[in-house]
Amino acid sequence: MPTSVMPESGLPAPEGPPSARSRMTPQSLLLWTSVALLGAIGWGVLALARGEEISAVWLVLAALGSYAIAYRFYSRFIARRVLKPDDRRATPAERLEDGVDFQPTDRRVLLGHHFAAIAGAGPLVGPVLAAQMGYLPGTLWIVAGVIFAGAVQDMVVLFLSMRRDGKSLGQMARDEIGRAGGAAALIAVFAIMIILLGVLALVVVNALAHSPWGTFSVAMTIPIALFMGFWLHRIRPGRVVETSLIGVALLLLAIVGGSWIQESSLADTFTLSPTTLVFCLIGYGFVASVLPVWMLLAPRDYLSTFMKIGTIALLAVGVVVAAPVLRAESVSDFASSGAGPVFAGALFPFLFITIACGALSGFHALVASGTTPKLIQKESQVRMIGYGAMLMESFVAIMALIAAATLEPGLYYAMNAPAGLLGTTAESASQAVAGLGFTITPDQLTQAAKAVEEQTLIARSGGAPTLAVGMSEIFSGVFGGSAMKAFWYHFAIMFEALFILTTVDAGTRVGRFMLQDMLGNVWKPIGRVNWKPGIWLCSGLVVAAWGYFLYTGATDPLGGINQLFPLFGIANQLLAAIALTVCTTVLVKSGRLRWAWVTGIPLAWVVAVTFTAGWQKIFSDDPRVGFFAQRARYADGIDAGQVLPPAKTLDDMHTVVTNSTVDGVLIALFMLLVTVVIANAAVVCVRAIRSPVPLPTTETPYVESQIDAPEQSAEPLAGARA
Amino acid sequence: MSARRWARAVRWYLRELTGEAEYDRFCERHRRHHPLAPVPTPREYETLRARHREEHPQSRCC
Repeated sequence: MPTSVMPESGLPAPEGPPSARSRMTPQSLLLWTSVALLGAIGWGVLALARGEEISAVWLVLAALGSYAIAYRFYSRFIARRVLKPDDRRATPAERLEDGVDFQPTDRRVLLGHHFAAIAGAGPLVGPVLAAQMGYLPGTLWIVAGVIFAGAVQDMVVLFLSMRRDGKSLGQMARDEIGRAGGAAALIAVFAIMIILLGVLALVVVNALAHSPWGTFSVAMTIPIALFMGFWLHRIRPGRVVETSLIGVALLLLAIVGGSWIQESSLADTFTLSPTTLVFCLIGYGFVASVLPVWMLLAPRDYLSTFMKIGTIALLAVGVVVAAPVLRAESVSDFASSGAGPVFAGALFPFLFITIACGALSGFHALVASGTTPKLIQKESQVRMIGYGAMLMESFVAIMALIAAATLEPGLYYAMNAPAGLLGTTAESASQAVAGLGFTITPDQLTQAAKAVEEQTLIARSGGAPTLAVGMSEIFSGVFGGSAMKAFWYHFAIMFEALFILTTVDAGTRVGRFMLQDMLGNVWKPIGRVNWKPGIWLCSGLVVAAWGYFLYTGATDPLGGINQLFPLFGIANQLLAAIALTVCTTVLVKSGRLRWAWVTGIPLAWVVAVTFTAGWQKIFSDDPRVGFFAQRARYADGIDAGQVLPPAKTLDDMHTVVTNSTVDGVLIALFMLLVTVVIANAAVVCVRAIRSPVPLPTTETPYVESQIDAPEQSAEPLAGARA
Repeated sequence: MSARRWARAVRWYLRELTGEAEYDRFCERHRRHHPLAPVPTPREYETLRARHREEHPQSRCC
């Protein structure tokens, strides 16, 4: 049944059996050859330009050309040969249509929904930190990773979940792999989510600390969202577009208002230390997650979606129009030495761990096996929605990398090295940066902070401030000139904080449900979703868990981002390993061993990356990399009564010992859980290969579709042809 | 494509994306399944929708 009020000119044609394929027409051959050539020119310039500054446009060209080729050829190959979607088969949205959870949805609308659900702060932060190794390794992985791993994972998980009435990743792991694997997957998902929320909240804390402008404008999102909630729920029920537009207008006003606050006597009220901000965020996270959704979460989600799509579009225009020059090195010395100040460790595996979401994100498997599969109108649309949305996310990561790479390297390191290394004054930071082999004068550093009207830019780690400075350079080059720089900086900070706060709120709720579900097995009443004390207790536990990591991150003498970001990356990539294991197992079980490499190779790669990283984090002798070596170094220091920098007191020394123990144990735990899942899956795969008849899978039986699948739409915005 | 058509397309997309258009579909469905019962007002529908969201949290990604 068509869902759009606007008449559709058409749905994509069914992919059809391979035998029905037609040869490419000369026009399309010409088109795809040109696309390939443009992409190749982009890569060629990136590869050959040495010792000179090159324009970011080449990077955009290389990425977009590669995406187009990958989408046209590789995703089609996966659809036709491996997954074989069948548009004559009714999707769960059609069979189980209830107008609420299951609802056939226009593919372009669903692409927007899915993209809004998968895109967040991750692809913005990871590439900024990865710029430490130069722009080239990051670009290569973001593009290659998404084409062969990230987008493949999203598309296959989406397809498998769609064929199973929208089952979650955890349920699919239990059904297809076994109880041990399923339980391990469930615990891993929960633990990984906690780390993720803690690290994302830390990004917000680092971005807002000692910044009255940023703190004010982000704090204002709370009353704005509450106002929108009441407007939408009580005054103009259901007017979402109107309410969101009012919200966006108020948000822009809040950013402008931040500059007035900064100049006024209220500035001190909004100048908060990291520790104060931590407690504000923890308190806020708890309240937000127990308030009714319509009050805070839903309206902020609308705001976040509008801002996300708007800002990303703006950034794409900005990058093309301003055509900024890449000032970072293409490959820095830190790529091989592994001694970089932003995150420790060599290119393999830590570059891949750090970029995470922009190339491959395990978290997407949770979205692709949740709401989206219940809304798909036609099976073949998994290609556009699963593969396509992830390509878009990867492009966001490329733009974040560009924003970071356009900064002067001296400024980049002055912002991203740990506070313990940089000290607190412009002079000390300038010296520390010189020690790393880059130059920035104290005056330049002060000027850079002044241009965006911040007290300081020293040691503003976490990625968000760096991205914001980069974005303010790009935007002010196109809109408003240097007078607007401070506005654009705070606009970017607000935009990231908004995403993260939405993620924190939604994640706390999801975590609470998972916890209630798990604890409900032990004690029934706690599993009831409407029992208030159960809700409060479980929300409190989830908030306390991520709050712990947030607090330790904000107070860690070695720099929270430096310590926790690898944990975040490893956790995320391990989740991807679980998702790819489920995909590969299903392919093998359903008699597609021949094509199992499509998810098997990315699985092998991500296992190699995460297990090498995990191994080094646990067993490395280098205290900068190995958590236990770090622990031993500081514990020995305590025994000898020494205070080892960057720790300043014996208390700091004890903090380091505790934190590195917790982090090391957690990584070991994650790896153990993922090993259980993979080992269990391997047993199932061997059994499937040896079995003369295919093992049963939980795919729902074939039901013929009653929805027409009209001809392939020629226009992207066909809905307009009313 | 004329400017008016573009504006209509954008409006259609935004209404669909934000779920504003869901109410129209809900009403149509309600009339089909319960022709004699009165159709819930937008306010009542908002309450239903909020309750559903309450019980089905959707994770936002990193």
